[in-house]
Amino acid sequence: MLTLHCPNCGVHADETDLHAEGEAHLKRFGPDSSDDDFHDYMFQRQNPKGVHFERWKHVYGCGKYFLAARCTATLEVFGTYSAQTHEPPQAIKDAISAKRPGWSWGDFS
Amino acid sequence: MKRYSAFAIAREAFRQHSGWDRAWAKREPKKKYDVIIVGAGGHGLATAYYLGKNFGITNVAVIEKGWLGGGNTGRNTTIIRSNYLQDPSAAIYEKSRSLYETMSQDLNYNVMFSPRGLIMLAQTQHEIRGYQRTAHANALQGVSTEWISAARVKELCPIMNIDGPRYPVLGGLYQARGGTARHDAVAWGYARACSDMGMDIIQQCEVTGVRKNGDKVVGVDTTKGPIDCDKLGMVVAGHASVLAQKAGFRLPIESVALQALVSEPIKPCMDVVVMANTVHGYLSQSDKGEMVIGGGTDGYNNYTQRGSFHHVEETVRALVETFPMLGRLKMLRQWGGIVDVTGDRSPILSKTPVEGVFVNCGWGTGGFKAIPGSGWAMAELMAKGHSPLTEEFNMFRFREGKFIDESVAAGVAH
Amino acid sequence: MSTRLALGGRLVNKNKAVSFAFNGKNLRGYEGDTLASALLANDQMLVGRSFKYHRPRGVIASGAEEPNGLVNLGKGSTFEPNQRMTTTELFEGLSATSQNHWPSLEFDVGAINTHLSRFLPAGFYYKMFIHPRPFWKYVYEPIIRHSAGLGKAPTEQDSDTYEHFHAHFDVMIVGGGISGLAAAHSSAQTGARVLLVEQTADWGGRAVVDAPKIDGLTAQEWVNKTVQDLESMGNVTMRLRMQGSGVYDHGYVLAYERLSDHAPEMEGPRHRLWRIRAKQIVTATGAIERPLSFAGNDIPGVLLAAAVRDYAINFGVSVGDRTVVVTNNDDAYRTAIVLKNAGLDIPAIIDARTAPEGDLIDEARALGIRIEFGKAVAKVKGGKRVTGVEICTQAGEGAVLEEISCDCVAMSGGWSPVVHLWSHCGGKLNWDDVQAMFRPDPERAPTGADGLGFVTTAGVANGHLFTAEAVADGFAAGRAAAKAAGFKSKAGQAPLGECAHEGPISAVWLMPQGAKHALRSKAWLDFQNDVKVSDVQLAAQEGYESVEHAKRYTTIGMATDQGKLSNINGLAILSKALNADIPNVGTTTFRPPYTPISLSSITGVAKNELFQPIRKTPMSDWHAANGADFEPVGQWRRPYAYIRGTETVEDAVNREVVNTREKLGLLDASTLGKLVVKGPDAGKFLDMMYTNMMSNLAVGKCRYGLMCSENGFLSDDGVVARIDEDTWLCHTTTGGAERIHAWMEDWLQCEWWDWKVYVANVTEQWAQVAVVGPNARKVLEKIGGMDVSKETLPFMQWADGTLGGFDARVYRISFSGELSYEIAVPASQGAAFWELLLAAGQEFGVMPYGTEALHIMRAEKGFIMIGDETDGTVIPQDLNLQWALSKKKTDYLGKRAHERSHMADPNRWKLVGLETLDGSVIPDGSYAIADGTNANGQRNTQGRITSTYYSPTLKKGIAMGLVLHGPDRMGEEIEFNKVDGTTVRAKIVDPVFYDKEGAKNNV
Repeated sequence: MLTLHCPNCGVHADETDLHAEGEAHLKRFGPDSSDDDFHDYMFQRQNPKGVHFERWKHVYGCGKYFLAARCTATLEVFGTYSAQTHEPPQAIKDAISAKRPGWSWGDFS
Repeated sequence: MKRYSAFAIAREAFRQHSGWDRAWAKREPKKKYDVIIVGAGGHGLATAYYLGKNFGITNVAVIEKGWLGGGNTGRNTTIIRSNYLQDPSAAIYEKSRSLYETMSQDLNYNVMFSPRGLIMLAQTQHEIRGYQRTAHANALQGVSTEWISAARVKELCPIMNIDGPRYPVLGGLYQARGGTARHDAVAWGYARACSDMGMDIIQQCEVTGVRKNGDKVVGVDTTKGPIDCDKLGMVVAGHASVLAQKAGFRLPIESVALQALVSEPIKPCMDVVVMANTVHGYLSQSDKGEMVIGGGTDGYNNYTQRGSFHHVEETVRALVETFPMLGRLKMLRQWGGIVDVTGDRSPILSKTPVEGVFVNCGWGTGGFKAIPGSGWAMAELMAKGHSPLTEEFNMFRFREGKFIDESVAAGVAH
Repeated sequence: MSTRLALGGRLVNKNKAVSFAFNGKNLRGYEGDTLASALLANDQMLVGRSFKYHRPRGVIASGAEEPNGLVNLGKGSTFEPNQRMTTTELFEGLSATSQNHWPSLEFDVGAINTHLSRFLPAGFYYKMFIHPRPFWKYVYEPIIRHSAGLGKAPTEQDSDTYEHFHAHFDVMIVGGGISGLAAAHSSAQTGARVLLVEQTADWGGRAVVDAPKIDGLTAQEWVNKTVQDLESMGNVTMRLRMQGSGVYDHGYVLAYERLSDHAPEMEGPRHRLWRIRAKQIVTATGAIERPLSFAGNDIPGVLLAAAVRDYAINFGVSVGDRTVVVTNNDDAYRTAIVLKNAGLDIPAIIDARTAPEGDLIDEARALGIRIEFGKAVAKVKGGKRVTGVEICTQAGEGAVLEEISCDCVAMSGGWSPVVHLWSHCGGKLNWDDVQAMFRPDPERAPTGADGLGFVTTAGVANGHLFTAEAVADGFAAGRAAAKAAGFKSKAGQAPLGECAHEGPISAVWLMPQGAKHALRSKAWLDFQNDVKVSDVQLAAQEGYESVEHAKRYTTIGMATDQGKLSNINGLAILSKALNADIPNVGTTTFRPPYTPISLSSITGVAKNELFQPIRKTPMSDWHAANGADFEPVGQWRRPYAYIRGTETVEDAVNREVVNTREKLGLLDASTLGKLVVKGPDAGKFLDMMYTNMMSNLAVGKCRYGLMCSENGFLSDDGVVARIDEDTWLCHTTTGGAERIHAWMEDWLQCEWWDWKVYVANVTEQWAQVAVVGPNARKVLEKIGGMDVSKETLPFMQWADGTLGGFDARVYRISFSGELSYEIAVPASQGAAFWELLLAAGQEFGVMPYGTEALHIMRAEKGFIMIGDETDGTVIPQDLNLQWALSKKKTDYLGKRAHERSHMADPNRWKLVGLETLDGSVIPDGSYAIADGTNANGQRNTQGRITSTYYSPTLKKGIAMGLVLHGPDRMGEEIEFNKVDGTTVRAKIVDPVFYDKEGAKNNV
């Protein structure tokens, strides 16, 4: 039963107010992209046992999406941040590094 | 191997059961095997068993990080059915179901396959159409199912309330030879049979790396040292992504928690398995008398084998609504497993980008029922390089947009 | 015999007798009794039968750990099986029956199993019943099932009510013994908001039974004072009869409050399930006494030593007249002392230790009790009740030295801290070799959202068995938890406890140490599931070496007590058999709940009508009052048809179709999704959402649009109206409103967040009525208002205005092929508008129609239906909707997906119409068969039915389906399968069956 801080409305929300929306920072590939790129965009997920970045929606709250950095092995939350960004803020990355030195995820580390 | 039978028990009874051997031998790994299977769950052990039984390949090791049968094999709701809509699914699940029919005799281990009948309830017009479609598909697939009326549902399962005020039961898809089996026994029975064929089952041994020569596999590194092999089967539900990464490729899957629970045992009151997909819950009664309850998966990636309680709540609510007499029973125990799900909610049984490495994963919530069929097909794929049962389940289908989507009939895949 | 003592009974009110019934026999107890204590007071030692061998079973414990004393309680809609009598408080009129026997508790045919037990060792069923194959289902399994199970199955819906509470606390303390009270007090002093819960009906736990001194007061006085203090603090919530049932991630605790189990006549809910978020949790859950493993330890009259003491002190009940105490620790001496002081006979204390010393031993000796060191019980004598014990040396193999006659055996194998809640969420344990117990490892507490521990354990649950340490540890844990929850420590002193000096325990896992098989096969570990020492040893012998294997193979710990008494003993036996250390073998996983909780409490109020929310349109009451046969569509209920008089549903549907086609029909279309999409970039955005172009739609016009998922599959459809320069109104399917709204938000918030667009779901703001049929315009003209003529409001246009005095937005669109207006009015006026149309439409032959008539009419026109023609695997090309895939746009959702090889495959099945040769209706879901079989032996197919109806308009069956190369095969006949194995032939035709030229709408 997770709790996550919604950075949009400031509420520390219970999982029952939230909806998990899958992996964060997916780069969309549209027409003219290669089969491989489109396949990876659609289906290839990091699915790490450890540090993960994911989307959540404060569905029974402000209705806004936000992103979370979370450990899938312990459910520790390193931080949440705006969905309107292409990569995690440095402060979040630092917070992860402090607890999981040497972590990497996709292109981030 | 000492054969199991009532006579053997009687004989042993008079010498304090001192004559029973180990069910499976405890061995240290050899330097090299023809085939290494990673994962001694039901699927991994079944793969090894059919490699030996059907193809005479017995120089096989099954390597297990924990204890055999300790993953999803031992923590599911034991439902067996094959009333799937799409041809590839119906083929492998029906193969599996038919192997369950004779498994106890084949393995000389009573896995208590109980073809007590299974009903998938239709509670909306949409479900009626979906299940009637499945019934028509099954008729052509050699899967014996029938569409039954609400009255017949009630007759088969008197404890059900078919006149619920919210979602009255409108009928159901009935598979008379669907049912349940004793989950642990399936793993133990296969393990015993594999061991008897001379295969090595190595528990408490974690694979830490996959060794390759160019694009071809040559062995694995483990916590018990390096072991060579010609072929490698990865059969580690839940952790498939983690292992694939060690082999240098990625899989189109995600790992999530799936929860289940049982009530305290009561005297027999339900002779069929019931799945109610509109309200999201399924129910059967174990031979011990516990009501076994399952539902849908949690929504987020999770490797903890724990889930969120509100999913349990939703499942219980759904089943108490459908079976009002359940209300005064008590939840004895709830637990979670890690299931891996693919983009179309159907499994992957496939060659991989690494030569000699084969993968079996992505069974989502439907893995237990598939164990023997999956093992049979996987063994054929690994031995011969191709199998009609696995053809459509290759991991490259997502690239072509060639999905096997089972959710179309029922709203949920399994 | 067991009986009520003249003195004692701190919890019972001897002035208030309570009558109750057990197996139909009327008995009397006192207010404050549990069912167990009341039965013992009535000399009812035999209370049930075990699971496998149907052995006679008596109560063994006095609390939540009881595995034997389970009853069927109540009847009818309040019947409940497997009620634990040790935690069932007695109430007037209680009626219980014992379980798992036939024909009676005293004479149980199933008890034959105990004589066959040598043939029924652990896992016997895996080794037999294999041949002949059909026998498992038809012979063996029915027999096994019949003998399995415990209580009877309820037959009725639970008539009690239940509710849920949500609560947030800084610190939650589970357990109202002295450690929990001390923890509550010390944390509350810091200002933290504290919740303290105790599963029983009384504060104080075990300390008040054993009466040590705390801060110079008796334990009871100290408890009373502390409870009073806590009650006077504004920041403490206290609850009795409430159990901490489960600890989940991020500080979520499930707690189970039993409000009226002890007093069924009380008003209000029976159980309350608390869903608690606590910043910190303190588990002060005490410990459970372990049985000793000796032959015959399951015979009624063998109890845990502390339970015997509890019955005497708490309830004034003596379990037996002559009690032999068997122990490996000092605590059990308290039982001997209590009983002796109550005037009962203690023939001997059998202590397995060779030379223990301690205050309690001295006290027992001073009372003249015979104490035998280094001795053990070889065997308990008796059948349905203990008659004596055979004594031997612990170090030997069980040679009998002496037989002592007795009617009660009080055993103690030491204490195991209750670590369940600590472990639920991943807290780890250490093995304490000195005290022979697992205790929480504070370095490896369960971690929460911040990665830090959120559970602290206190007192006995933390391995501090003695009063002084327990109460001090409780104080410290309370402070630590408050600090971790962000509260500053205050001054204050830990309570000072005093207690007798106790010597060390000596681990004894089998009695005697060298017990032969004959004894080991009678030494019970799991009393309910009938698992004995020999069974666990057999599991180890057969290679079931993992603790999980052994558990599952023998079923130890899988009974309704979940191994509270058996797990550690079984683990020790397994370790010994494997020649391994206990910590290396490890424990099984602790899973919630701590003790079973009612499914009704989990359901709460959500049952029957309240099971799920029901969404109603403004006209819903009218529908219900006028014969509507509702079908659930998502959480909406829509009229499937309106039944008149004695007609069947089919009659009604056909009547509605014909009437609409010939005269005038009204459809409540309010459930259709309505999304307003607005902003400078709205057109650009909708061009991405829809496969066809929406940005170039003229203001005042409507356009039918398709939406695909990014994976290319058809996801929704509907008519889009352009309201003004930067506003579009998108209609979705009924099931699609929330989904498509969320889908749009997803893209706007997470992909194109710089686009200036707002989306609002206004579905419920409008009531919408489809006015359909040749008389549609007439009725609108009659009610008067805006011009709805062909010229002013042509097909696929919309206009705002008034109709019959109602503000209305009128869309000239048609899903039936008839002249049709969809009219939206403010939701609050929907019912009035509906009734106005019905009244005004009388002269034009108006009738409402339901969803099935809607479906039939659209099928007659060859219109697709999302969910029928589509199923999540269908792309627009399959439905010949290429015209709706914009060639001009460089991108839209799903466009890239359609380029993949399988989607561009010319062999995909495509939409056609189908007609049987004999006019019959093709079965729903039927497949078109093709020659031969595939590699898996399945019959080849070449198509399938997507919609099939009897058309009352055409008076024959019509269908749509997807067929291989279908559009190229017009006129060809193909065969569709039926589930009975026969087939039906059908001709491939154009999917538009009715009014191909569109004349009916063109008026």
